[in-house]
Amino acid sequence: MSIWLAQHLAALRDSLRRLAAAPLTSLLSLLVIGVALTLPTSGWLALDNLRKLTGDTPGVQQISIFLTLDAGKRDFADIESRLQEIRAGSWRFVPREEALKRLQASEGMAEIVASLPRNPLPDAFVITPGDAQPERLERLAKTFSGWPKVTHVQLDSAWVKRFDALLRLGKLVVMLLGILFAGALVTLTFNTIRLQILAQAAEIEVAKLIGATDTYIQRPLHYFGMLQGLLGGLCAALLVTAGFHLLTPPVAELTRLYGANFALQGLSGSDVLILAAIGSALGWLGAKISVLIHLRRIG
Amino acid sequence: MIAANEVTKRYPEGREALRNVSFAITAGEMVFLTGHSGAGKSTLFKLLTAIERPTSGSIVINGQNLAALRSNAIPYLRRKLGLIFQDRKLLFDRSVLDNVLLPLAIVGHPPREALRRAQAALAKVGLPNRERTLPIALSGGEQQRLAIARAVVNRPAIILADEPTANLDAVSAAEILHIFRAFQQVGVTVVIATHDPLSLPSYRPRILRLDKGAMSEPAHDQAAEGAVP
Repeated sequence: MSIWLAQHLAALRDSLRRLAAAPLTSLLSLLVIGVALTLPTSGWLALDNLRKLTGDTPGVQQISIFLTLDAGKRDFADIESRLQEIRAGSWRFVPREEALKRLQASEGMAEIVASLPRNPLPDAFVITPGDAQPERLERLAKTFSGWPKVTHVQLDSAWVKRFDALLRLGKLVVMLLGILFAGALVTLTFNTIRLQILAQAAEIEVAKLIGATDTYIQRPLHYFGMLQGLLGGLCAALLVTAGFHLLTPPVAELTRLYGANFALQGLSGSDVLILAAIGSALGWLGAKISVLIHLRRIG
Repeated sequence: MIAANEVTKRYPEGREALRNVSFAITAGEMVFLTGHSGAGKSTLFKLLTAIERPTSGSIVINGQNLAALRSNAIPYLRRKLGLIFQDRKLLFDRSVLDNVLLPLAIVGHPPREALRRAQAALAKVGLPNRERTLPIALSGGEQQRLAIARAVVNRPAIILADEPTANLDAVSAAEILHIFRAFQQVGVTVVIATHDPLSLPSYRPRILRLDKGAMSEPAHDQAAEGAVP
């Protein structure tokens, strides 16, 4: 085993020893970091779920093209080739028979549909554009309107704009919260490391006198900050997941009442890893700043 | 091995702690640096260990001029020296063994090898079976032995000791000097700063005397006066 690796392992062991030496203080610090990371993470998760929910809802970020009643197979193929040509995104052809069946399945519509002498619904295309920017959606809707055999193009542009503005506002709030709580995490680690340095001033001084390099002295403190951030990140993942499990049944019930089929999506494995990595990086940053400022005063 | 040439140390407030001090110590010598309190022994100790830099002149240890040494090279110089401080600088919340393991950890010895070396160093200074003891539970003489074990565990070619027999009774002081003598006899250069002429050994060691920051080197037989056997 190389000296470099041995010294890193020793520093890691040392930082674990420091964490374990004051279990209650360590636990409280981890909880504070966990809560600080939970708030922006929850906000991000809520926005992500909202985007998925509305992305699946007809009329939002989707454009419907209704064809004239006399449109035939050749016209459908023509529309498809035009959609392909302009790279409109993904689309689905909804034959008028399927549309009628769906209408029948809707609550309270069965009797009304049954009373109709013939199917009044047209064939349609439902397009989900790759780029959901309101301006792009409006441009596409305008293009579709000019195509032959198209009788109506449906895009609730006002709702799309409102929703887009809401999402952007939400992202901004989550970003600000993230920055704020990241600052809190860095400050917390900064202070913890400051106390560590003060408590071990004698040991640091002796180590310097007998040949320890600055790197040797700083390494366990950096590890301590990283470890604290990492465990705080995992604590946040645990809290968010617990909240997700609490909210899943009522949200599912609510969406069912609205006739939709939506399940909340929690943190994925990669999300947890990213959260832990962000926690580690912020912890390391707090430790680095603290070490730079406070170690200079010793020796 | 150690050469000081016209070394002057002046502090910012104007006090001159050392004035044109020159000496040379060859490998394997045992040298006593004596003088009253305030004579400049501790200042010289700090210059030899690169804790401070001379205002003028040069100090060369093993071919390295300390005045020209970059800050990031100082730790590597100190690793080659066995340093014993006046206040011992032991870690009182760590066991005897952990204190001795510290210099080995700094250098990066593998744990098993480090343990073997630390145990050997403790045995050499007469502290076997005290590995798990905290330094606070040791007597003054034992604490000094522990400080020596920590200083020699990396097998330095030079030992620098600042007042190693201060606050020790005559028997303990003689034992400590005996340990230093044993290291010198196997080729280690030993420099001991002491203000107490009674702590000098009965054999004729080389003595460098500091007086108000200036150096004089008395004849060997002057040292024997009132010496410890």
